[in-house]
Amino acid sequence: MTRDTPGRRRETSRTALVNDPKVRRFVLQALLIVVLSFAAYSAVKNAAGNLANQRISSGFGFLDQTAGFGISQALIPWSETMTYGRAYIVGLVNTMLVSVVAILLSTVLGFAVGIARLAPNFIISQLARWYVELVRNLPLLFQILFWYLAILSAMPPPRSALNILGSVFLSQRGLTVPQPVIQPGAATLGLAALAVLGVGVLIVRWSKIRRQRTGFGMSRSVSLGLSAVAVALLGAIYVLAGAPLQLEPPQQGRFNLSGGVTMMPEFAAFAIALTLYSAANIGEIVRAGIQGVGKGQTEAGRSLGLRAGSILRLVTIPQAMRIIIPMMTSMYLNIVKNSSLGVSIGYPELVSVGGTILNNTGQAIEVIAMWMATYLTISIATSLFMNWYNARIALVSR
Amino acid sequence: MKYHHRIWAASSLVLGMFAAGAATAGPTMDKIKARGAIICGVSQGIAGFSIPDSTGKWSGMDVDLCRGLAAAVFDDPNKVQYSPLSAKDRFTALQSSAVDLLARNTTWTMQREASLGMNFAVVNFYDGNSFMTKKSLNVKNARDLGGASICVTAGTTMELNVADFFRANQLKFEPVVFVTADETAKAYETGRCDVLIADSSANYSRRAQLQKPDDHIVLPELISKEPLGPAVRQGDDQWLNIVKWTHYAMINAEELGVTKANVVEMRSSTNPEIRRLLGLEGNLGEGLGLSKDWADRIVRHVGNYGEVYDRNVGQGSVIKIERTTNALWTKGGLQYAPPVR
Repeated sequence: MTRDTPGRRRETSRTALVNDPKVRRFVLQALLIVVLSFAAYSAVKNAAGNLANQRISSGFGFLDQTAGFGISQALIPWSETMTYGRAYIVGLVNTMLVSVVAILLSTVLGFAVGIARLAPNFIISQLARWYVELVRNLPLLFQILFWYLAILSAMPPPRSALNILGSVFLSQRGLTVPQPVIQPGAATLGLAALAVLGVGVLIVRWSKIRRQRTGFGMSRSVSLGLSAVAVALLGAIYVLAGAPLQLEPPQQGRFNLSGGVTMMPEFAAFAIALTLYSAANIGEIVRAGIQGVGKGQTEAGRSLGLRAGSILRLVTIPQAMRIIIPMMTSMYLNIVKNSSLGVSIGYPELVSVGGTILNNTGQAIEVIAMWMATYLTISIATSLFMNWYNARIALVSR
Repeated sequence: MKYHHRIWAASSLVLGMFAAGAATAGPTMDKIKARGAIICGVSQGIAGFSIPDSTGKWSGMDVDLCRGLAAAVFDDPNKVQYSPLSAKDRFTALQSSAVDLLARNTTWTMQREASLGMNFAVVNFYDGNSFMTKKSLNVKNARDLGGASICVTAGTTMELNVADFFRANQLKFEPVVFVTADETAKAYETGRCDVLIADSSANYSRRAQLQKPDDHIVLPELISKEPLGPAVRQGDDQWLNIVKWTHYAMINAEELGVTKANVVEMRSSTNPEIRRLLGLEGNLGEGLGLSKDWADRIVRHVGNYGEVYDRNVGQGSVIKIERTTNALWTKGGLQYAPPVR
């Protein structure tokens, strides 16, 4: 440290410009940015130049061209005459669907497994343990293929499809259920349902406030009675509106069933594999989280006279969540990224559809850049949400 | 894991394009000579076109074209490195110079020449997409297939043709898309699909490999035209010519009756066409950057087109596809080569 003597002040401040850590840090960072942006610039420039030299077309104009290929599962309307851009969105929606389903199911199953592993019952804890050890240690791709082949070979061929209740069919082509068909008058029904729901929410709120003020909540019988009234009301409106939702049962065609909504075997196999695999990992995260909460907390709960279930629900898990959430975030990110394995069994997700686009247009760089940007966006959005949730959980502790 | 391997390969090929000068179109022949081998992009296993046997030895129509090239360049048909590529990765591999040519039963289309920076040299097999289905379904022609589930390989012209066909006939279908031809065929076999769509030749070769070939039928209609042939990068005309003339040498040899067995005797032939083909008169081969006896080498090591056809997909093979459109022009087919003069 230089001493602050009046005579040396000018000298120190001059040397400080070179030696000042703040200035140095700034200059170094700026230099790094310049170097990085130059590298990025020349990489892009080179790629563009090389592509032009090889007469390979580039740019994102292809997204507006007609795709011309079919996609077996589309949650948004799709036909061959639509564009490549639309096809990409169809693939993205399929990726999101399987990711969300796997995240929700594996969270529920994972919590159950994690708690079961710590259960005092020997059989339950051993079952959970073997499930975790078996599933966690086998490669995911292998499990996906296993479930796919298992489903395909266990199901009957489409022409002798298993018929449940006359209108639900199960075969190698998937699970087909009747399709709800909207009739005129559906708008009235929708509005009425919204109104009933709104009134319900208001009543619940009011009773909550009343309970906080006076200590008297709504009794169970009253709330059950109100629910029954709501259901009856909706039923009456449905009949009055002329039954605007009809179920259209699937018909046996020459090869497949026509009509109805079908869950593809690819989707089922993939969702099962992804869920089971992720749940095993989540189970371990949950177990670690619960065991990370001090033993004293459980003992304190017990000394308050709480039952084991209540201790878990009110004392242990809320505190364990602070350990669990950050690890769950990376688990969820893994699920989203693993959803790209669906291509191996023909599930039309982002990599599968994007691959077809890549091949039909030859725009390798563009499509791979789109893949990267898409997965990055999904992952960052997931992390932001989980971080927000984590912060909220953390705030609850007083 | 195999699939991820491929994604990784594709990404690194794409990354290669970012490197300065990595993709400058240079004389391919110089690189091939320096390397001492031709790198040939082939399929991952389509019997009759390019398939490895249990010892890793490749055979097929496309493989014989590569062998012909190696014979012309090195006088040794074995100086070929085979690079098996999925339908999805093949163009990136060619564009990024990972292979010298693509001999991978690839369909010649306008889009591929217009925007992928490649040129098709010749058509070494005239084909068309057809449907294979189970006999028990009692399908008489392709128009009966409305509502069927169809297994198809990703990144091929079939994916587009099948959609076009059903759109044109106002029928519905369910496409089930797999990455490799093997996965697609396996899904068809397990009953996931009613129909497998492929090039007719590939359907016949696949049918021969099924457990009970007689339970399956390849519908006779072709729903598209699929001229299959080798492709090279644009911008190297010398190499394009060498690939073209390797095929033409085999056609001309068949036309002139020059075979693998009689090529040495034929050197004493008085027919001027044969003498020009074998490099005994004129010096056309050196103009291409090859040797004088280039065609002699091709026929001596690999054979003429008829022999190549017969042993890989014709009567001498298990697939047994009739010559029809692939017969010589003199016999009513489409195989025709410009004269060597």
